[in-house]
This record gives sequence, C-alpha cells and structure tokens, in this order.
Amino acid sequence: MSKEKFDYFINGEKGKYEVVIGLEVHAQVLSNSKLFSGSSTKFGADPNKQVSLIDSAFPGMLPVINEECVKQAVRTGLGLNAKINNYSVFDRKNYFYADLPQGYQISQYKNPIVGEGKVLLDMPYGSKEIGIERLHLEQDAGKSIHDMDPSSTYVDLNRSGIALMEIVSKPDLRSPDEVNAYIKKLRSIMRYLGTCDGNMQEGSLRADVNVSVRRAGDKKFGTRCEIKNVNSIKFMQMAIEYEANRQVELLEEGKQIDQETRLFDTKKNETRSMRSKEDAHDYRYFPDPDLLPLKLEQKLIEDLKKSLPELPDNKKERFIQEYGLNSYEANVLVSEKEISDYYEEVAKLSDKKLAATWMMGELFAMLNNKGLNISNSPISAKNFAELVQSIKSGEISGRIAKEVFEIMVESGDNPKKIIESKGMKQQSDPKELEKIINEILLKNKDKVDQYKAGKEKLFGFFVGQVMKLSGGKANPQLTNEILKKLLKG
Amino acid sequence: MSNITNQSLSKILESIKSKKISSLELTQAYIKNIENAKKLNAFVTTTFDQALENAKKFDNKPNNEQLLSGVPLAVKDLFCTENIKTTAGSNILNNFVPSYESTVTKNLWNNGAFLLGKLNCDEFAMGSSNETSFFGNVINPIGDHLVPGGSSGGSSSALAADLTPATIGTDTGGSIRQPASFTGTVGLKPTYGLCSRWGIVAFASSLDQAGPMTKTVNDCSIMLEAMSGFDEKDSTSINKKKETYSKNLKDNIKGLKIGIPKEYRVDNMPKEIDELWEKGKKILKDLGAQLIDISLPHTKYALPTYYIVAPAEASSNLARYDGVRYGYRSQKGKDLIEMYENTRSEGFGDEVKRRILIGTYVLSSGYYDAYYLKAQKVRQLIKKDFDDSFTKVDAILTPSTPSSAFKIGEKTNDPVSMYLNDIFTVPVNLAGLPALSLPAGSDKKGYPLGLQLIGKALDEQKILNIGYAFEKNCGYKNEVKKWWS
Repeated sequence: MSKEKFDYFINGEKGKYEVVIGLEVHAQVLSNSKLFSGSSTKFGADPNKQVSLIDSAFPGMLPVINEECVKQAVRTGLGLNAKINNYSVFDRKNYFYADLPQGYQISQYKNPIVGEGKVLLDMPYGSKEIGIERLHLEQDAGKSIHDMDPSSTYVDLNRSGIALMEIVSKPDLRSPDEVNAYIKKLRSIMRYLGTCDGNMQEGSLRADVNVSVRRAGDKKFGTRCEIKNVNSIKFMQMAIEYEANRQVELLEEGKQIDQETRLFDTKKNETRSMRSKEDAHDYRYFPDPDLLPLKLEQKLIEDLKKSLPELPDNKKERFIQEYGLNSYEANVLVSEKEISDYYEEVAKLSDKKLAATWMMGELFAMLNNKGLNISNSPISAKNFAELVQSIKSGEISGRIAKEVFEIMVESGDNPKKIIESKGMKQQSDPKELEKIINEILLKNKDKVDQYKAGKEKLFGFFVGQVMKLSGGKANPQLTNEILKKLLKG
Repeated sequence: MSNITNQSLSKILESIKSKKISSLELTQAYIKNIENAKKLNAFVTTTFDQALENAKKFDNKPNNEQLLSGVPLAVKDLFCTENIKTTAGSNILNNFVPSYESTVTKNLWNNGAFLLGKLNCDEFAMGSSNETSFFGNVINPIGDHLVPGGSSGGSSSALAADLTPATIGTDTGGSIRQPASFTGTVGLKPTYGLCSRWGIVAFASSLDQAGPMTKTVNDCSIMLEAMSGFDEKDSTSINKKKETYSKNLKDNIKGLKIGIPKEYRVDNMPKEIDELWEKGKKILKDLGAQLIDISLPHTKYALPTYYIVAPAEASSNLARYDGVRYGYRSQKGKDLIEMYENTRSEGFGDEVKRRILIGTYVLSSGYYDAYYLKAQKVRQLIKKDFDDSFTKVDAILTPSTPSSAFKIGEKTNDPVSMYLNDIFTVPVNLAGLPALSLPAGSDKKGYPLGLQLIGKALDEQKILNIGYAFEKNCGYKNEVKKWWS
C-alpha cells in the first residue's frame, strides 16, 4: 500500500494522531430456524409469534444445536480464509435483562468455531488486508420496547435465540473509509455464501466499534472505547469520527482516556458513556452443561469447502482475465453477487468492456435515483445487452442510446423495438449523409466562406445543423469525416 | 383387597393383569391412603379426579401388554406435567402450570401408568431432608420426628407409606439414594444421560438424573425400563438401544468382583454403618462374589467439588426465574432491577439463595480458576478413580449414607453437617455413574439403613442383578407402622 496517499489522520495542536479501529460484527445467520430451537426466524412477524418454550426459557427446556447454523458458520469461516476449529464449546454468558429469558446468552467464549482469517479490501491507495481474530456462534436476545406504554416495557421474543455470528476483526482498520470498505466486503462475502442477508435496516448486520487513537508513528495502542450496537455504515463512520476527535481532544488536554463502553446518539451525533470498565458486567462465563462440545468432522468441513460458490476476490480476478476489465471495474461489478450475475449475463451477449461502462454509468445511476437494486431493475439483462450491442454496432449513437435507455426504463420494452418504432436508428449511410450535409452547406454559404477563411470554430455549427436536420440520428463519426471532406472541396 | 397397596409394584401389576383387582379399585385404595396420610405432607398436588378417569378408561379397555398397565403413580414435583401445577417445591413456581409433559413422565404414561399426584421435595431439589420446601417439611413414615431424606423426600415418604406403588425422583448428589436409605426403600440413580432431562426443572445440569424409587429391585428394573431411553430433545441423552432390565433380571452373581473402597470408611462413622457394610460384604461373598479392596483416592475431594460445581450450574439455571414470563412476580419495586430483586428475594428460600450466592461467587472473574476450573479438574480425577477401579471390579459396594434418618430440625442450622450426609452419594454423580441404594438393615433405634452398589456407566443391569440377589438373601424387611392414620 502506498502510504503517502493514505491521509486519515487527526491533526491536534500537538501533532498528528492515527485512529485505530476494530470491529465486532454481529451477523444474523440465514437459516429457517433458531440456533437452539425449531422456531421460525422470519423477519416482521407479529410480536411473540415465533417463540418456543425453549426461546422463552420455560423450566426444564433444553437447547439442541441447529446443524444448519453450524454449517453456515463454517461456510462463513471458509469465506474469510479462516481456520475452522474441529472442537468448539458453547458457554453461558450470564446477565439479567428482561429480553434475555434464560438469564444467560449461549455463546462461545474460549473455544470459538472459527479462528484466525483475513479479508482483503480494495482501497484507492491499494489493497489492504484486515485480520480476522475469530468468528463464533451465539444466540440473539429479544427486543425490549420502551415506547409503547408510558409506564411499562414490552418484550418481543421473536428474535430471542436467532443465531448470530460474531465476527471479530483485529485492530487493523485505520479510517472510516476502511470501515466502510470492510463492512461492505464482509457483507458481500456473506451474501455470496448465502450465510447472512446483510440487511442492516432489519438488524441482520450490526457492529460494536472499538476506537482508539495514538500519535502517528507510535507502536503502542491507545486506550480503546467500545461503541455498542451501531446499525448502519454511516452511523459507524460518524461515531468513529466523533469518538476519535473526542479522544484526541482529551489527550491534547493532557487527560487520559478511560476504557469504557459508549453509545452513539444518532440524533445528536455524539457518543456517550454507557458504563466504565469498573462497572463492566462480570458475565461469569462457563461451559453450558446442557450442550456437549461441538466436534466437527474434517470431512464435513472439506465437503462444505468444495460446495462453496465463487467468492468476490476470485471472481474479480476472473473478470479481469476473462472480460478484460480493469481492477476498479471488476471490483465494482463483483461487489454484490446479483450485480456480478447481471453483468455476466450482459457480457455474454454483448461487448464486455462497453457493457461494464454502461452498467456502471447509466444503469447504476438510474437504480440509485429510483432507490432500486439490481434484482428489481426495470431493464432485464437481455434487453440491456441488446442496447449495448446496438451502440457497439453503430446502429445508434451514444446520445440516442441514452434516449432509448430512458424509454426502456419507463416501458420495460426491448431496445430494438423502441429504435424501430421511433425511427431512432443512426444515419450511417454516407450517401444519405452527404445529401443532408450538402443541403446545409448550400443554405449557409456565408458561413462556409468564413470557415474557409480560417474561422474553424464554425465546424461545430455545421455538426449541430446536421444533427438537427437528422433528428440526432446522424452517425457523428461519419458526419465529421464527410463534413471535413466537403468543406475542403 | 384391603392390603393391595402394601404390595410391590410387580405384584400389583400381576393382580391388574389377572383382573384380581381393577385399576379403579387400586386407584381408590391409594386415594384413601393419601387422604389418611395428610400428616406426612408428602403431596403438593393431588390429581385424584384425573386418576380416577384414567383408571376407568383403563378398565374399559385394558391393555395388559404395557410395562405399567393401569397403575397410578405419584411423581416428584420437579417433573413438568402438562396442565398440572409444577412447583419444584418453590414459591417462585407456586402458580406455574406447564403446557408440556417431561419426557420421563411421558414415558411412564406411554407405558400404561397415569398420574396420581405431585410429590413434595426440597426447593429446586436443594436439600437432604425435605425441609427446604416452600410447602413445608415432609415426615418420614418411620417416625413422626424424622426427616424422609431429600431432596426426593416426598417420593420416599409416599412410597414407604404406601401412597404410591412406585415413584420417580431426581438425583443430583444423592437425592434418590439418601431418601431411599432413610425410608428402607430401593432407589436407583441411573447413568447420566440414560433418562432424559427434558421437562425436569433443572438444578445442576451436568449432575441431574431422574431415577426410580421402589419397594423392590424387580420393581426398580420395571420402572427404569419404562422411564429411560434416548431423547433427541436432550443433547446429553445417550443414544443407545433400549434395554429390558426386568426380563433380564438374574440373581446369579457367582464370580462377580465387588470392589470395597477403603476411602468410604470415614471418621466418626457410626459403628452400625460399619457393621451394615460388613453384613453386605458377607452376603455377597456367600453368594459367590469375590471381594476386592480398591482405592478411590480422590473421594475426599468429592464433596467440596460437588459444592462448587452444583451451585455454579444452579446459579445460572435459576436465573430464568425472574418474574418476567411465568411464576411468582413481586408487586414491589419501581424498576426492572427492583422487580428482579424483590421477586427473587420473596420467591426463593434460604437454601436456594445460599447456593445461588455460592455459585455466583465461584464463577466470578478472578475466582473462576481457583474454584470452578479446579473443581472441574478434580471431577476428572474422581471419574478416573472409578474408571481405574472398574478395570478390576464389576461393581463397588459402599454404605449409602453415613447415618440413619435424622430428626426434623436437627441439621437445619448447620448446612455443612447437612451437606456431609451426601458424602457417599456425591462422587457417583460427579462421575456420571449408576448407583443403587438397597435397604440392608437397621440401626439400634430400628431406623432403616441402606447399602449402595455403584456400577460402570450403562451397567445398570449388573447392579440390579446384584441388588436382586442381595435382596433375596438379606433377610431385612422394612416394617412401617401406619401411626398417622
């Protein structure tokens, strides 16, 4: 990585500070049922409609591990190039809260299912590797609802017991931009794998953000603060900026930073102390005696490895090789599986390079404006490919293509049909063009003379007239050639 | 058939099958006994109407192919029973009616039995005298001033007083075997994982195990056969083929090697216990068994280990009783934390609070390694002691308890002395092994005393066989005078 281009530092009066960030991402496992019970995990059900006796911790109820959740965690671990542990242990994390029915969360403490791994980020200043410390499985808690009644709290246990993967990064991130890239990459990998839908609005992906600062060049880490449960990338970035600046201010004032847990107030855009290290919970972790240690057969791991889909990093390489894209284009087009699928379908039927340009230009801009994503694009991959081919073959000009594109968005129609019915085909017949151009030159004799006398700027005027007369359909390249020829003569 | 209720379960089953007595008559006889025995306080809940219904149903369409055809049974109130209040002997579950049936009780009902009532027990099975129950102490039919043992004290009392033909209890550190010993009855703690824990109010998950309490060894084998079996709802349940213990019961124990562990001869043990042990050895020897001196060197650490592991698990298992979703909720308190504090202060009794405090302490950061982790290591050593011995012997013979039934109130202010009562039973739970307590004699006051047979994991058949042979040759008959009626 070329360090000189990386410039996220906080400038204090007494010097430059580097920001050090580590993330604990909580990713909801995609599975039909919960981690230790058969209840459904579907989002959006009425409160307390997806709750079993186990989820609500009735006396004598016992957890039984959901194998699919285990497989999802292994798949994710493999996608993070991580070590899969054949032996892992479920522990109880004990604390009291109204939405934690058991009085403990079943989690993995000393022996997680996945060990060290890594994630590659493509940053403008080059690629950067972010270390993964571990991934473990745990139960989600229910939800406390404090704003339904002035004097009571309501509890919804639909989420209680849903499987989460906690993915802990090493403190390798150095800026809000890197955090953005990291979350997006993680989400992309999990979506490719089908292990987490990554939907941050529905809370399927959220993170605790650890932030510390240190003087640029220092080797020793500063004291960190943990910002709990941030549920959007934008908020993570805002929280980091606020928190890092707060810490720098403290250091500049000669004060010290207390290790503590903080909350990000999205309305005030500030972090607030939640509890100090002294008040930290003593979770009294111990192995859950209701569950045997989780032993994974090597064969299961190998089988899962073999069945993994192509992941973004590999796909990017292939896109560069196979489609002749540059690194930036490949990166954008593999960022989401659906985008890469769409692109591949288009590229199969049309010019690969031009398809990439048009997708990343017109198509993405349109989707963005309409708040859509690629899976509900009003233009099918097949139609989009035809449009690209029409441009490539010279049938229509780029300018006309934009008009065709607009109509396609509105009507969902096939571009051929639109071009034909609206007569938008490009005028590429040299004889026809010569006819039009001669007509214009005759009409504007005075300007022709001026041009010939050296006022070459008028060339643009003639082109404009050609376009006007041809209804924008004149092939621009051919128009230029013929105009030049006739003006000389 | 006035005295049907003092018969063994197997005799009663014969009478039912041969139609000497109807299920209804049998049930009515027990109901009469129970109504006359209120002084014993053995029952928390009776389900007479339901039992009579079930008895009639059986008589109308008798199915005699089942292990427990037409038999009413009362069970410890630690087993969740569908639509029947289940209290675990605690105020905090005083109003709790489960919508589900524990696997073990369901197994009994699937074998033809039906529920007669729910039996008193120490609160959350924490106790050795049935004095910690929210519903008051239970009295031992042996004498009106004596405890019936605990925690399955309602079970032992009801069984000895002919209020149920057989019963089931749970044993975390001796809660089946000690009360069996105190009442002159048979009690078996099966191998950990043989009977499902699903639907049993948990005390200490790695130690809890349900088991039968009966009048004879044969009855014990019938009950074990009916209640045991793999359950996919319990991750610690052992997946193995079901055994037919009663059919395979044999009294030939010639050539079996019986281990006698020297560490079970503890200081200040009454002479009578020693004599009882000698008597047991002689009976087995006379039956052709070979006695072998063995050593279980870590025995002395079993009790302290148990009183770290069991409270640690209990402190976590009992966290769910918070007043939020079911059970008792205090009306006092201005916020969530105060609601918790008041609910749990008012809902739990002293012994339960004591163990929650101990358990919370031993799991606390900074103490975990010194207590919980060390206890787990010692637990492995205790288990290894047994594993080593079982390469040399088929079973181990020890006394069940260091004394006979003690007086009500005698140990309530001295928890350590109470805990010491479990000294011979606790190592078995830590090692996950099966053990059978057999009535073997009485002390000079005439109170029953028991001997314990410990087997290899899943070797229930062998200790039942030894017990069966022992029972035939022991010559001890527990006589209970029905002073309460």
